Amino acid sequence: MSAATTTETKPAPPAIEKIKVKVDGRELEVPRLTGDWSGKLVPTTMIQACELAKVDVPHYCYHPKLPVAGNCRMCLVEFGTPALDRERKPMLNPDGTPVIRKSPRPAIACATAISPGMEIYTNTPNVKAMREGVLEFLLINHPLDCPICDQAGECKLQEYSLDYGQGASRFVEAKVHKPKAVDLGPRIVLDDERCILCTRCIRFSRDIAGDDALGIVNRGSYNTLTAYPGKVFDNNYTLNTVDICPVGALTSKDFRFQMRVWFLKETKSICTSCATGCNIVIGSRGEKIYRYEPRQNDAVNSTWMCDAGRLNYKWIGREDRLKDVLARGQKTTWTAALNEIAEKLKQAPRGSVAIIASARQTNEELFLLKKLATKLGAITDSIPRIGEGDKLLVDEDKNPNTNGARLNGISFTEMGINLTRIATGIERGEIKTLIVFGENVVKRGVKGEVLSEKDTLSEVIEEHPITAELLGKLETLIVSDILPNDTTKLAHYLLPGCAHAEKRGTFTNTKGRVQKFMKAVEPPGDARPEWDFLHDLVYNVTGQDGFLTIEGLFNEMAKEVPAFKGLTWAGLGDAGVTVEI
Amino acid sequence: MPQEFKLILKYADEPGYTPDIECYLRHGGYEDLKKALAMKPVDLPDGKKKSPQEQIRDDVKLSGLRGRGGAGFSCGLKWSFVDRRSGKPIYLICNADESEPGTFKDRQIIHKDPHQLLEGTIISCFANDVHLAYIYIRGEMPEGARLLNKALSEARAKNFLGKNILGSGYDLEIHVHRGAGAYICGEETGLIESLEGKRPYPRIKPPYFPAVLGLYLCPTIVNNVETLCNVKHIVAMGGAEFAKLGTPNNTGTRIVSLSGHVKKPGYYEVEVGKVTIGELINDPTFGGGLREGRKLKAVIPGGSSSKVLKAGEKFKLKRKVDGKDVEQEVDMLDLPYDFDSLLAAGTMSGSSAIIVMDDSVDIVEALANISEFYAHESCGQCTPCREGSLWMSKTLHRLTHGGGRTMDADYLGRIADNIPGGRTICAFGEACSWPVQSFVAKFKDEFVAKGTADEEHRGRVLLGAGPTSEMKLAASPQH
Repeated sequence: MSAATTTETKPAPPAIEKIKVKVDGRELEVPRLTGDWSGKLVPTTMIQACELAKVDVPHYCYHPKLPVAGNCRMCLVEFGTPALDRERKPMLNPDGTPVIRKSPRPAIACATAISPGMEIYTNTPNVKAMREGVLEFLLINHPLDCPICDQAGECKLQEYSLDYGQGASRFVEAKVHKPKAVDLGPRIVLDDERCILCTRCIRFSRDIAGDDALGIVNRGSYNTLTAYPGKVFDNNYTLNTVDICPVGALTSKDFRFQMRVWFLKETKSICTSCATGCNIVIGSRGEKIYRYEPRQNDAVNSTWMCDAGRLNYKWIGREDRLKDVLARGQKTTWTAALNEIAEKLKQAPRGSVAIIASARQTNEELFLLKKLATKLGAITDSIPRIGEGDKLLVDEDKNPNTNGARLNGISFTEMGINLTRIATGIERGEIKTLIVFGENVVKRGVKGEVLSEKDTLSEVIEEHPITAELLGKLETLIVSDILPNDTTKLAHYLLPGCAHAEKRGTFTNTKGRVQKFMKAVEPPGDARPEWDFLHDLVYNVTGQDGFLTIEGLFNEMAKEVPAFKGLTWAGLGDAGVTVEI
Repeated sequence: MPQEFKLILKYADEPGYTPDIECYLRHGGYEDLKKALAMKPVDLPDGKKKSPQEQIRDDVKLSGLRGRGGAGFSCGLKWSFVDRRSGKPIYLICNADESEPGTFKDRQIIHKDPHQLLEGTIISCFANDVHLAYIYIRGEMPEGARLLNKALSEARAKNFLGKNILGSGYDLEIHVHRGAGAYICGEETGLIESLEGKRPYPRIKPPYFPAVLGLYLCPTIVNNVETLCNVKHIVAMGGAEFAKLGTPNNTGTRIVSLSGHVKKPGYYEVEVGKVTIGELINDPTFGGGLREGRKLKAVIPGGSSSKVLKAGEKFKLKRKVDGKDVEQEVDMLDLPYDFDSLLAAGTMSGSSAIIVMDDSVDIVEALANISEFYAHESCGQCTPCREGSLWMSKTLHRLTHGGGRTMDADYLGRIADNIPGGRTICAFGEACSWPVQSFVAKFKDEFVAKGTADEEHRGRVLLGAGPTSEMKLAASPQH
């Protein structure tokens, strides 16, 4: 395993010719071609040029990851191009600058390609008037029910009203009425009166999710978004339409009416439901998590995530979370428990300890467990967790850090291959101490975590020989977990750990991308981040120190583990770094 | 003395003329197709050869033929934009979705002389290397569709269509497609979407110019029925000869649909620019004047979407008099009925449909009628047209049902001003806002008077002096 720290696994694309354009009088060079929604190189559009110029062009229907529709007309700008004479040569002003012929008609910035020498004007009185006109049209039939709308606070109508809205409406006619609270599918509710018919959801469903379930019926102002008659909007990506809906038309059944968005704290994190490692933002208030939303990372998940992963957060706030440190069933303190465990481990003969760590733990935690294993000569492995994948984002591997477990030497190419050896060792009495982190090792078969009325996040824990009976033969069973289960019941020492949302750390995804996540909420009771108490345990057992912070720990790991060589916590950034796996 | 000039309708209205192929052949039908197919490549000075197809295309350019559908764009230029190097098939679509209120010219051709349309279409297809063409006919014309399908099978039987047409080696198939009753399908990219089986949402241009990315994203030509018929006559007489018809830059003939308050409404084929609006309305050859005792109030010169002309309105036009450019003041009745004069007068000849309104017309009611049509026909894709068209219609409905306000004239004008001028995806934005802009600007006093009268009436009602039933603001129009 050699170290490679490129940000992309693909080779760098060939250099793209740059052309000069002016945005609001400021000249800049922009690439002649830019990737479109599907990544195909096409002529750069005005809106992309404006983005490079850091000039904001308001828009509703345009989304960089969707095919262009050009229907909202909010991004209209004025522009001019160099004038040509009869020989098609550029005409020049007396001062040598090119004569610019201003187009008599505006253009939509989202669909109009730039050309050399083009001048884009986004702040003229005409442009302002056009934006005001479009916004007024969008609002005349809108219910203006912001106080009870879930989108309030993150609504593009509200946002642009600040810039282009009017204090009072001059609309005195009767509004168009359309269906309210339409049950589009198991996770989505539609308010057609709020819909501005931008067709983002239609394009997402058709072109990204591959489920052409949505469309528009009726004419003119009576245009109505709907699912095709008799069809239910139910694929594993439906909730992305709630994210991209610029207004409050599409709302999530899970999130609607739960919390005003402006109270939510946003924390950058990673989804743990499979090995893809979609980048997410956790929305929390106080110590409660209200939602996950995808966070853009073009190397991983674009701007999307699956519904199953998105809704897989409620276990974090469960009432029955493990909150107490237990030694032989009695509540104790971290210091006492860790000292006792350390003493036992120090006295354990080499080879008498085995460690089953979880590939749902972080790189740093697995690194510390490996240190412990090396000191004790312990045999290690993790439990494979395989389910169904799809072509878009969902990976078959349901462990978020399978590659982290491998790169740290906890498990091997075939995860779970050592479980039989561990079982045999216990059976023969050679292994007397078992350390289990984050796995219910006596469980088998299909596990279904109910996400909503209909959807489950199914995963298969494959057959392996470790049983409750076997665990009963152990002298010491040390278990760390988050929720109670059959293994935690048998533990001699039970150490309450943290969900990813309650700590910091990194995962290595299926493609070898090392991505960090941040802490959103506090853990319950006495629960502590595993890396934090593992540090104490490793210090007590091995005398090694120096990993008191997650940054220091990560950097230490990067020094010691060849695959992570050259990485730094700070260098990971928000988007992570891909290593060779 | 203004006269009709019958080029396209030369035989159609003759007694005993029938739409079958035998009758057409008796009148010299399909001879121009034979002529086109028999054309030989000609040598160019540079040693290259000019194919028959290029010769026809150049002839069409030379003829100055402008599209008869509404925009009046040069047909030769339109054909020259076609991407012939893409390697994709080129499609031709005959736009027979004649839906502009006031227009009933294409249906005359389709009903009376469908083979002339087929011959023009086949020649146009040949000239553009098209092997598959569609005639998109308005759904409300079932008889026209039946006649066209019959004509197509007759033409196939005689090998004017199909494989190896008349032994020339050229293959062409034409299909008739019936629309489902939407005005917007007359917009060429909306038509293409509809033909592809989708909602007729017009496409954004750029990038979807039909000449490059049209039907099934292949290069596509969309021409009006009358335009395609003209191609046949250009081949017959030659482009230069055709260009002598009409006036410079406004060549050939046009079939004018004349409706409204004239004695003789109907369709009249005239040389473009050789007849004035006034002559079309008043000359015994054409409209024969207004009804007895009535005075002219307004004229909509090019289908209901064109800007209205007010009786007595004067325009400054640049004209050539004795070889010199002079500016003349011209009364609206003296405007030559052509493309450029009407553009200069701030309106357009559109689909050449003249709607005449005499002094019996309540101008607010007339506009309310037009606006209701456009609110119903807006496809709803883009914001200004979708919301603006119904807003204007609702306002006019209120204004015609006792709920007017003095300020409504300005109110309407300001709504309309936010729709046209490139703010919308297609020209429907102009189509729905131009009537409102022009009616309100030119007849503002009538809008103001109506609003003020309503306000005063409501005031009296509040004082207990009138019936309460009229107090209610009228409900919105239901579509």
